[in-house]
This record gives sequence, C-alpha cells and structure tokens, in this order.
Amino acid sequence: MSTPASTPASTPATTSGSAEAPESVRRRRAARPRGARRLDSTALIYLVLVGVVVASAVLTAVEGRNFFTQGNIWAVLTAMSVLGLIAIGQTLVILVGSLDLSVPYVVSLATLVAAGGMKGLDSNVPAAVFNTLALSVLIGLVMGLLVSLLDVHGFIASLGVGLIVSGYLATNYQGSHGAAAPDLSLLGRSGIAGIIPTAFIVLLVCALLVTLVLRYTRLGHHLYAVGGNREVARMSGVRTAGPVIAAHVICSFLAGVAGLLLLSRTGVGLPTIGSQGRYDLLSIAAVVLGGTLLAGGKGSVVGTIGGVAIFAVLDNVMGVMQVNPFLKDFVRGLVIVLAVAVYARRSVVRRPPRFGPDRVLPLPVPLLASPSKPTDQDPA
Amino acid sequence: MRRNIHRAPLAVASALLLGVFATSCSTEDPTDDTSASEAPADSAESPEEGSEETESSEEWFDQEVYDTQYEQRSATFEGNPEQPWLQYIDGEMTDTSKLASKGAKKACFANASISNPWRQTGWITMNQQLEVLVDEGVISEMETRDAGDDDNTQIADIDYFISEGNCDAFIISPNSTAALTDAVERACDTGKPVVVFDRGVETDCATTFIHPIGGFAWGIDTAEYLIDNLEEGDKVIALRILPGVDVLEQRWAAAEKLFEENGIEAVDYFTGADPTKIKTIITDELNKGEVAGVWMDAGDGGVAAIEAFEDFGADYPVMTGEDEMSFLRKWEETGLTGLAPVYSNFQWRTPLLALEKIFAGEEVPKEWVLPQTPITEDERADYLEANEGMPDGHYAKFGGEDLPGYPEVWQERQIP
Amino acid sequence: MSAITSTPDRRDTHVLPASEGSLFQRLLRGAVTPGGAVFLLAAVLFIAVVWANPSFGEPPQLIRFIGRTAPIAIAAMGQYYVIVAGEFDLSMGAVIATQVVIAGNYIGDDESRVLPAIALMLAIGAVVGLVNGLCTTLLKVPSFIVTLGTMLALGGLVRYLTGGAATGNPVDSFREIGRGGLQDVPVLDVLPYPVIILTVVAVASVWLMRSPFGRTLIASGDNPDAAGLAGSHVWWVKTRAFMLSSLAATVAGILLVGYAGVHPSVGAGYEFQAITAVVLGGVVLGGGRGWVLSAAAGAFALELLFSFLNFQEVESTWRNSVQGLIIILAVALAARAWTLGRRPSRTPASPTPSAAPSPTPARPGTETGEN
Repeated sequence: MSTPASTPASTPATTSGSAEAPESVRRRRAARPRGARRLDSTALIYLVLVGVVVASAVLTAVEGRNFFTQGNIWAVLTAMSVLGLIAIGQTLVILVGSLDLSVPYVVSLATLVAAGGMKGLDSNVPAAVFNTLALSVLIGLVMGLLVSLLDVHGFIASLGVGLIVSGYLATNYQGSHGAAAPDLSLLGRSGIAGIIPTAFIVLLVCALLVTLVLRYTRLGHHLYAVGGNREVARMSGVRTAGPVIAAHVICSFLAGVAGLLLLSRTGVGLPTIGSQGRYDLLSIAAVVLGGTLLAGGKGSVVGTIGGVAIFAVLDNVMGVMQVNPFLKDFVRGLVIVLAVAVYARRSVVRRPPRFGPDRVLPLPVPLLASPSKPTDQDPA
Repeated sequence: MRRNIHRAPLAVASALLLGVFATSCSTEDPTDDTSASEAPADSAESPEEGSEETESSEEWFDQEVYDTQYEQRSATFEGNPEQPWLQYIDGEMTDTSKLASKGAKKACFANASISNPWRQTGWITMNQQLEVLVDEGVISEMETRDAGDDDNTQIADIDYFISEGNCDAFIISPNSTAALTDAVERACDTGKPVVVFDRGVETDCATTFIHPIGGFAWGIDTAEYLIDNLEEGDKVIALRILPGVDVLEQRWAAAEKLFEENGIEAVDYFTGADPTKIKTIITDELNKGEVAGVWMDAGDGGVAAIEAFEDFGADYPVMTGEDEMSFLRKWEETGLTGLAPVYSNFQWRTPLLALEKIFAGEEVPKEWVLPQTPITEDERADYLEANEGMPDGHYAKFGGEDLPGYPEVWQERQIP
Repeated sequence: MSAITSTPDRRDTHVLPASEGSLFQRLLRGAVTPGGAVFLLAAVLFIAVVWANPSFGEPPQLIRFIGRTAPIAIAAMGQYYVIVAGEFDLSMGAVIATQVVIAGNYIGDDESRVLPAIALMLAIGAVVGLVNGLCTTLLKVPSFIVTLGTMLALGGLVRYLTGGAATGNPVDSFREIGRGGLQDVPVLDVLPYPVIILTVVAVASVWLMRSPFGRTLIASGDNPDAAGLAGSHVWWVKTRAFMLSSLAATVAGILLVGYAGVHPSVGAGYEFQAITAVVLGGVVLGGGRGWVLSAAAGAFALELLFSFLNFQEVESTWRNSVQGLIIILAVALAARAWTLGRRPSRTPASPTPSAAPSPTPARPGTETGEN
C-alpha cells in the first residue's frame, strides 16, 4: 500500500499547492494533541451529555421516577463500564488510524479462558487472569503486526482476526463454560456506597492511565503523529510500527479486561457475550460520538467517556420509558448521525480522507491534470 | 493557560483515584453464595467442567433429563385440556399462602428479547393476557425491560427492577441459563414472587418455573418421525439456528443420538434462520447426492428448505418443521410427508396467570410443565383454518383465541 | 460466471499502450495485480470444487450456482462504488432487509402491485443512498458512522413498523425474478433470471466506470482535494456512489425475495460479505484503486470457497475462521502486489516513455482508472 518513494498527498496542505513543508504539516496536525479546539469539542460533548441527562431526568420524572436515585446511577455507571473499557482501547486504535472490529470475540474468548481457568476457585484467579490477558495481548499483537508490517488495513486485519476467533469459539465452545471465582463475582457486585460500582472505578483508572500515556509519553505523542499522517510521521523519524502495534495491543488488553468484568457479572464464560453486546460497532460509534476523528490523529479518551455516557443515559431513559426494542435501535442510529454531524460541522477542519493516510500520489501532479488521455486510449 | 487546561481533568481523576483507595472497595451487598451450581430443576446442561475440545452433543446430552422428558411426552396433564396454558404435570407444588395479597399488583418483566417470530408472537399474546388481568384488577401494570439478547443487559435489568422497579412480582424469561442464575437468585432474595419461563436457570429459588416439556421431547418426536418414515442409511440434513442455547441444543442432542442409533446419516449446519443460507446448504447437499430428510431445530426458514428441493428438481424430503404458519402452509401446499413439532407458544400466557394464582394464595407447581404435542398431518387442516389470515411468522399453537383483540392484534402484529 | 471471467485483462492506460506488449503479456501482467489475481483465485477454487464434487461442473448446476451468487455479486459491485470513492456502506444489509419486507407487505397477493412495488423499492433505495451520501459529503460525518446509523435506524424502523416480521411472501410472479429463469435453453437447461440481471449490472458497471463519472469517482476516492481542484463536484460524485450502492442492495433484495423468500434475517451480514468480496477483489479500502468486475469476482471466489468447504465436510462453525484467514492473506498479498504491479513503470530502465515527461518517478494515479 505504501510506497516509500512518494510523498503523501492526502492532506489538504500538500495538495493545495505544496507550499507547506511536511514538517509544518506534522506540527500542525500531530504534535499538538491538546489545543484550544480539542478542548472546545470535548467541552461540547460534555455539554451534550448534560443536555441528555437533563432531558432524561425530565422524561424519567414524567414516568414518575427519579433519575438521580442510587439505583439508577448505579445502573447507568454499570452500563458504561464494559463498553467504556472497550471504547478506550478503540480510541487508541482509531487515533493511530486503524480500527478494531475483533473486540466482541476477544471479549467472549476472555470470559471463556478466564472462567475455564478459574473453575470457580479463588486460588486459580492469578493464573487465569494472567492467561486471559496474555492471550488478549497476543491477539492484539497479531493485529498490530498485520496492520503495521504487512500493510493490511485495520478494518480487514481486525475483521479477519475476529472471524478466525469467532470460528474457534463456535467450534470449541457450546454454551457456557467454566465458572468465575467467588472473589471475582464479589468484585462484580461491589462498589462504593451503592452508587459507584467497582467496574466503573476500573474504567476510570484505565481512562486515567491511558490519558496520561497519551499526554506525557513519547508513545502517546507518536500515536497522534502516526494517526495524523503516517507517512509524515515516518519521515520525521517516528518508527510508525511501534505506536500501531501498541494501540492494538492495548485495545485487545482492555477488551480482555472488559471480558473479566463481564465474567464477574455473569459468573460463567459465554462464547457469544461479546457479539450480544455489539461492542465492535457500538464502541466505534461511542468513540466518534466522543469527538475522535475516525481518520485518526485527533481525539481524546475524555471525549470517548463522554460518548459512552451519552449512550448509557440514552439507553437508561429508553428503558424507563419502555420504548419498543426496535425503536431503540432507530433512536440510537439517529442520535449517532445527528450528534456526529454537530461536531463535524462545528470543527470545520479539513480532514484527511477517511482511511489510508499513507496513500500515495506524486506531489506536484494533481491527479486529474490530464485525465482525458488515459481515458481515450483505454481499450474497450 | 494550556497547562491549566490539562491539569484540571488530571486533578479530578487523581482525586477520584484517591477516593477509591481511601474507601478501598467497601464491598457492600455480598449476596450469599456464588454460582457454585446447584442442580438445576430441569435442563441440566451447561458443561461446568466440560473440557474444551469435547463433542457438542455430549456436552448437551443428559440421559436423566432425556428419560424424564421421554416419559412426560405421554404423561397425563392436570387441568382443562381446553386451556393447555394452565395444564401441568402432577408434581411438587409451591405453597404460596404467605405470598397471598389483595389488590392490583405491579409485575416486572425482564424479557430476553423479541428478536424472532416465536418470541414476537408470544409477546403479543402476553400483552393481551395482561389486558385481561388489568381489567380484572389483578395486575395494576407490567413494566417490561427488553435485554435485546444480551445477558449483561438482562442482569442489569433485573438489578434495576430490584432497586428501582417498585415491583410486587418478577417475571423473567432468561436469555441464557447459567449467566442469569445469580441475578434470578437476587430477585428471589427480595422475597417477592419470581416466575421464570421458557429457558431455565440453575436455581430452583423461583416460585414457579414454567416451560413446555422441553428440547429432548422435541428431539425425540422429530427424530422418531423421520426414522419411521425413512430407510436405514438415508441422509438427513439437520438445520440448526445457532449454537449454545440450551432449548435448541437439547433438541439436536436427542435427535442426533436417535439418528445414530438407527443408522440415519445426519449432517448438521448452523443457519441463523437465514433462508438464503438454508437454500444454499440444501442445494450444495443435493449436488453431493440424494437427501431423504430434513430436520429442523426450529421451523423458521423451513419454507426455503422446501423450495430448495423444488428449484433443484429433487423429490420432496420427509421433513419436520414447526407450527409456524409459513411451514404449515407450505406443508399443505406441497403435500410432503412431514410433522410440525411444537414448542408451545401459549406458555407466554402462563406467567401472568401464575401470578394471579400466587397472589390469590393458590398453590402452583414448582416446575410447571406445559403440554407440548406436535401437529400431525391429520390435525393440520384444523390449525390452518383456525389461523386463517395470520401472518407467516405466526405460530399455530399461540393459544390466544379467547383473549381481547383476537384476531386483529395478531394479524397486524401489534407489538407494544 | 461467463460474464465475469471474460474480462480479466488489465487494460493499459499509459500514454502509449501499444508499447506495453501483446495481449498475452498484458493478461499476464494483469493477473499479477490483485484485481486480476482474484480471477485466478476464483478459477482455482472452481477447479477445486469440481474436483471435490464433479456434478458441480455440469452446466445446469453451474448456472444455478451463478444465479444464487448473483445477489452478493451485485451487492459487491454496489459496495465497490462506495469503497473506490474512499467510503464505506454498512447500511447494505438493512436496505436489503427493508426491501424484502416491503415486497412482502406491499405486494402481498396483489399481482397488479408488482411494477409499482419495484418502482417504490428503487425509489426508497435511491433515497437511502441519497441520505447516506449527503450526510457524508455535506454534513461531513464519516461514512462509516453515517451508514452505521442508517443500518441501526432503518433496521429498527422496519421491524417496528412490521412487528418484527413480514406478513408473508409476495405473489409468485414477483418471486420469479429471483427464482425462475428462461426454460429449455440448450446446454444450460435453465437460464436463471438472476444470471441475466447480473450480466446486465456487470456490463452497466463497466460502462459506468469508463464514463466520466467513473473516472471522477476513482479520482475522488484517490484524492478528493485534487479531484475538487480539477473541477469535479466531489460531493455529488460520492453521493451518487452511495445511491448506486443502495440501488445495488435493492436489486439484490429483489433477487433475494425470489430466491429465499421474505424473512427478517434476509440480508443480515450482507454489508460485511460485500466488503469482504470487494477487498478480495483487490480493491483498496480508502479508495482510488480497483476494478468493478474484480469485486464481483471476489464474491464468486468467496461463494466458491464456502461451497468447497461444504463439499469437504468441514464443520460449518469453522467457516468464519477460513473466511477470516483468506481475507487477511488476500489483503496482505494485495498490499505487496499493487506495488509489484506498478514497478515496471517506475524503474528508470522501463521502456515506457510516458514516465519521462513527468518530474516524478511514478504516476500510480493514472493506473487507477481501470475498472
């Protein structure tokens, strides 16, 4: 896909006359993950969230309930936890310009491996957790290598790996398997003051850690750089493979953690639990809802958490109102498009095309400069 | 200024983190024992210690349950045969005198999903039954949460009902057997009546567990029919919806065992009830050689299977489908040798009627086994006539003929 | 398959194509690119399937196979327009499901409604595509998100309005389109209508991709900014690509109503099948590269693979894994092969004079005009 000899032309800067040197593009696009504009869009997301919460509170009150009761907040935060963890990983993968469609299957596999390893005994927990997370990391590593070294598009690499895992799951696991350790199950039910579930705390800790990595480490900066423009990042001396692999590894790792959280709730490993939650598409939707560019290079974990929260509150209020299950999907679809339209229109930044920032085109020759010639001579 | 910007969320986050460790996971709500599986009342599947690489049917086959269901097929049912949804096999009863209570009650229904025609039909019937009981002043309202086929959502739904629902009784149609066990037990712990129906859970804490005889009975009925009508060595294609659901896996586990014992060559496929896939599979199999029989673990999509034979120009197979109208109609039209096994759709009426009994203090069966009799060729015409005008996704034994709104509500498939 | 395998040659678009060698050489070179290799892959799989089950190779069986693969091949060609323009269409499955339900509920037993229904379905397909396209181009929402939203919204709405299931199958005359065929054709026995429709769609697609619209479409996918600067209305070109995709889904839906009948799960997963087929056909995600017929060939290769697995009695649960492995391999190889296929024109020793006037060593952009 990428030919090293040529210059990327997919950024507006280069095509609009090649006046800007690649370095300045890089500086503008990538090196500054934090800036006034991003803060604005994050603030906007939380503004939307507040709006959704207010609307939900009103609608809940109409139903004769209180949105802000202990039980309801607990329900919303619980609903956020699993999708949130996966969405954090998805944020990294999308930031670096890739995608991960394999998460549902990694989640399912994690619950099965962990439950199978624990066999309902506390003494097995460390080994089972280690095995589960190691396996998740391995799957992420495979995807990262496919994307970075073999130039397989993230969409395909993760779709393919996901299909492979799903075939393995369907063949080897019929129904539930194993049992969670009592300690883990207890963790799944525990929380602070009956308002904040432990699962949500795990989510917050992970969000914090990933945010710190993105802001203060070389890896984090390179993630943005590679996602903003892989070719430019490469020419600026960034080893592009590293961040891509790291993003995929962390994403699969977090999917593994999400699997453990699910196991703590269900008590058994389930081969379809990941697909049931539709975590692949919903996590991508949540990330984009949270203001991260699907093309990569711009976005934040804080925004993603906001996006996940919007989904969770929406689902909660639709549950309280007993909306027809089919209509729920209609509302979700509508909200995704409308909300993203608001952000997209607001930040009128000209983005690189959706995928393949490493696409090649000779710099000074606009593509259509002489389209007629080849057309004419094309043999029928 | 920029430093302030990114410090702020950081500070908030670290404060939260500190708070976490300060309170250090004060594990409240330590609901008693964990999922260390009690023997399930029925449906003892879920291979707790099954090794990963075992054959599917071995995991799901359970001789004891198989034998029980084999017997139950010919058991006598208590109650009025005109109202099969209230019939049951004599057995242990739950004393509900302590639960008796006056006045209209609020029921909370945690539904697995309405994602297939069978569940949709049942859901419509249930709502019409609800209408009757609301009019009679037995039930004040029913709050429903639909889990959309997701275990995790359904667990959250049940927890929500427990803490926020203000429920007088719980009705639960579990999405999967093992995963929902803990949540159902939490509902039981409230001391309020809990009615479980359709798929089971691995606890017998529920006031009553309502289900037709079961998957093994289905498998026995259908496999015996095919064996009777086929020669030894004939090939049967088994079309299955999806793996891992107990009520479906048990149907195949029983049928596979019987096919094997009787020298019928059976090949099974998962189709997701997608007629496109079904047609492709049958066509490929016909390409390979003769197919004498078709076995289905649910009749949804059965028409496509029959059409595959038509389009190929092959003789109709001996076939078992389901009491879905599409299959019954195609069955009559083609005149093939067939049987329509039934997974009694009328069971969707029973949970609300069970609540009526419970609040009245009448005893209910601990395990409420409903009749489950296949529709034979002789009975087919009656059911087709009785259900004329119903959509293809309707089920003949839906049992709602005496409910308000019949037949328009089912004909127009009005889903609340 | 006759319509598809007949044009596997890579046509040259260099300034002096005459210097590019004989037809045989060009065929050979075309086969090295992913877009050409998929035809070889399909051929190899075909031989394997016939080897596994000789009766599959008999013309009547073969033509039936082509007929039943027509819907996914048509959907793949529709998806091709969107992908080559650098976008995604995830709403395809939902569009198919919608059309299937409309056919069942609107036509019913009324013979006279067949033609109005087809018009209605095409109109709805066009509108869905238009909405997808405008949201992507004018509202600047990524197409992945737009079509994901459409998928959820459309799927939910249709199920809500119909109570989850359609009333029943439409009249047989409508279903004949996807189920019937011309009888008593020599050799073939039956010539299914889907094969004819597939041929028409394929020819129309080739023609379309050679028209100015096709050229601009590929240019918009390769580099929207450059295409815009060159004077094309990128937004309208891309919007039309979405409309073509939804219309292709509509045609696939009409065929599927005939083939499989009305059922809510018809069309489920079609978007990913179609994307897989397109990618297997060597079309590059991100746009700007690939041939429309290769997308159809990708669909055939995929279906042949599944048939092969069936004939080999591979457990059906492994099917997903094999599919996953194949697409990864195909794309990994394609990523190499597109580079390889370009190499002749880049090396200084290349006899191609067209490279000389250009200040840059390569003009890969000109290669994308192929279909």
